[in-house]
Amino acid sequence: MIYAGVDSGSWNTKAVVIDGGARVRGTCVVRSGADLAGAAERAYDGALGAAGLGRGEVTAVWATGFGRQSVAFADGSRTELDCHGRGAAHYVPGPLTVVDIGGQDAKVIRIDAAGQRLSHRMNRKCAAGTGSFLDEIALRLGVPIEGLGALASGSAEPLELSSFCTVFAGTELLTLIRGGKRPSDLAMAAYRSLVKRIVAMDVLDGRVVATGGVIAHHPAMVALLGAELRGEIIVPPHPQEMGAFGAALAARDGAAAVGPSAGERAPLAAVEAPRHA
Amino acid sequence: MTTFGSTAALRATMDAYFRDVGAAAEQHLAPVAWCTSVGPAELLRALGFRVFFPENHAAMMGAARTANRYMPLAHAHGYSQEICSYLTSDIGAYLAGESPMQAYGLSGTPRADVLVFNTNQCRDVRDWFEWYGRRWNVPVVGMRSPRAIETVRDDDVDAIARQIEALVPALEAVAGTRLDAGRLEHAVRASRECSDLWEACLRTAARRPAPLNFFDATIHMGPAVVLRGADEAVTYYRTLLAELEGRAAARSAAVEGEAFRLYWDGMPIWGRLRALSSLFAEFRTAVVASTYCNSWIFSALDPADPVRSMARSSLELFIVRSEEAKEDYIARMLDLYHADGIVFHDCRTCPNNTNTRYGMPRRLGERLGIPTLVLDGDVNDLRCVSDEQMRTNVEGFIEQIADARPAAGSAAS
Repeated sequence: MIYAGVDSGSWNTKAVVIDGGARVRGTCVVRSGADLAGAAERAYDGALGAAGLGRGEVTAVWATGFGRQSVAFADGSRTELDCHGRGAAHYVPGPLTVVDIGGQDAKVIRIDAAGQRLSHRMNRKCAAGTGSFLDEIALRLGVPIEGLGALASGSAEPLELSSFCTVFAGTELLTLIRGGKRPSDLAMAAYRSLVKRIVAMDVLDGRVVATGGVIAHHPAMVALLGAELRGEIIVPPHPQEMGAFGAALAARDGAAAVGPSAGERAPLAAVEAPRHA
Repeated sequence: MTTFGSTAALRATMDAYFRDVGAAAEQHLAPVAWCTSVGPAELLRALGFRVFFPENHAAMMGAARTANRYMPLAHAHGYSQEICSYLTSDIGAYLAGESPMQAYGLSGTPRADVLVFNTNQCRDVRDWFEWYGRRWNVPVVGMRSPRAIETVRDDDVDAIARQIEALVPALEAVAGTRLDAGRLEHAVRASRECSDLWEACLRTAARRPAPLNFFDATIHMGPAVVLRGADEAVTYYRTLLAELEGRAAARSAAVEGEAFRLYWDGMPIWGRLRALSSLFAEFRTAVVASTYCNSWIFSALDPADPVRSMARSSLELFIVRSEEAKEDYIARMLDLYHADGIVFHDCRTCPNNTNTRYGMPRRLGERLGIPTLVLDGDVNDLRCVSDEQMRTNVEGFIEQIADARPAAGSAAS
């Protein structure tokens, strides 16, 4: 039997195809852009292509992520809170704490020994603690985001950015540049700032598992998080696709959807558009 | 939101109230006092004041989602976006020359002859009233309350009672009349009766399924807020209670297919009231009780001892209590209403009505063995609200509760 999961994220859409033994058969990551439904189609077909399978061979596909309601072909959906936790708990027995850092949100999910979710915390309505923070810093330093980690690897002087705020951190960075600080040290300081924000979200106890695109593409984050917590940070396979993997597990396990199907939901703001606009 | 037959009576009651207080201000038919939501309304009524509650006025702007238009005007006058968004909405609307009262044929917010605060809820209400006091050159008087009270002691009650008594000469001077003991006793009796009826209305939600939920209650609490101490509120809650008892007997649910029950702590998010009501209903979840709606229950009021009982009511209020007293209260409510979990609203601009910032969600969750959720938002300032995060937070929380049930699959599918 073949199952699939699609994680419609704010920045990227991820798809994973698994078999009944939860072995990953194919994955795909595409930019979400403005067409979430189209991105979900492309990611799903991409993962199926990587697995050498067709849609007709899939028993069930579930969606997750902030755009989960846009995945019209999904048989069910679960939140990314559930799916990241479910995926991480598949690889690492609880009790554990999952730290997921995405493009526009960050989550801390605590899971007990039986694999049940105990609690979750998401970042406030703010870019602090998310991948967007790193995007802004890379822009200020004049390097592509893909090059930020390599730049930071040359760091020799431990610098601290005092601000969590993306805008204020950016201006603080300019002050440090004017003060002659090296770009590599500033890049590392940005990672350090992000880690400080993450560890303040909740108590990170038990085994700590890190997932999400930021973890997948910025290894410095893992090392800094481990140093901050004075412990091992476990990075499971396919950290960026962990939500999609969890959705595929939900599809396989027949997890119960707690709400209506995707097409029946209205965006909250649409329910209450401003009056007297 | 649930449709109630009593809604027509609610509208008529609130309409008559707004027109009455507006006419008193604009045609000088009676003295007008502004009063904070848990200020000494009974005393003001006994002195013949028409009583206006600016927190209710601000909530109307929040619910109409017009508040964000006005707040920047108050910010520009030095009232920070980090302080009470009720205050900044209300002052901003005044500066803009606009008010929800205009829908009632009034020119704007009714001008006060005196403003009466009680700091048992926060300091912001005093700052708010003092702004108007300076603007209109009218007296601002009030009660300065102790806070974080573990157990309400007689000496605290005595101190507040003395403060209430000390207000009387100033209020008599504005009202142009002497306080009549019989009228005060009547107002306190009406207030207590309103409180008892409102409590009984809320208590119907202890039944399964709940005939009303938190979101309904925030609307139907209007008379308890603005007509405390007046007979009209008593009349309305008799009507509402009869309907709710009928609905409870008929097992008529506020949330169709009620599967989960939650407790709400903190302020409403007025601009997302209907959206949140729909969101929880999507997941067959009834928010059955709240600290907020319970805060208009004043069981200590006693017409035989009006001033001291008003003082005691002021001090027994949840918002003025210690963390331990608050936690014990919420624990009792969870038991009474059979709640599966607690939603804490971390209201950005209302720290005093936010109970997430000193570790309470974690402590209560561990003590009671129930899940807790913290929703970031604000009472009026929708810049602090993320709809997508709110949806994911709520949906994820219900998933968590459903998954923890032995028959989660069948219960939640």
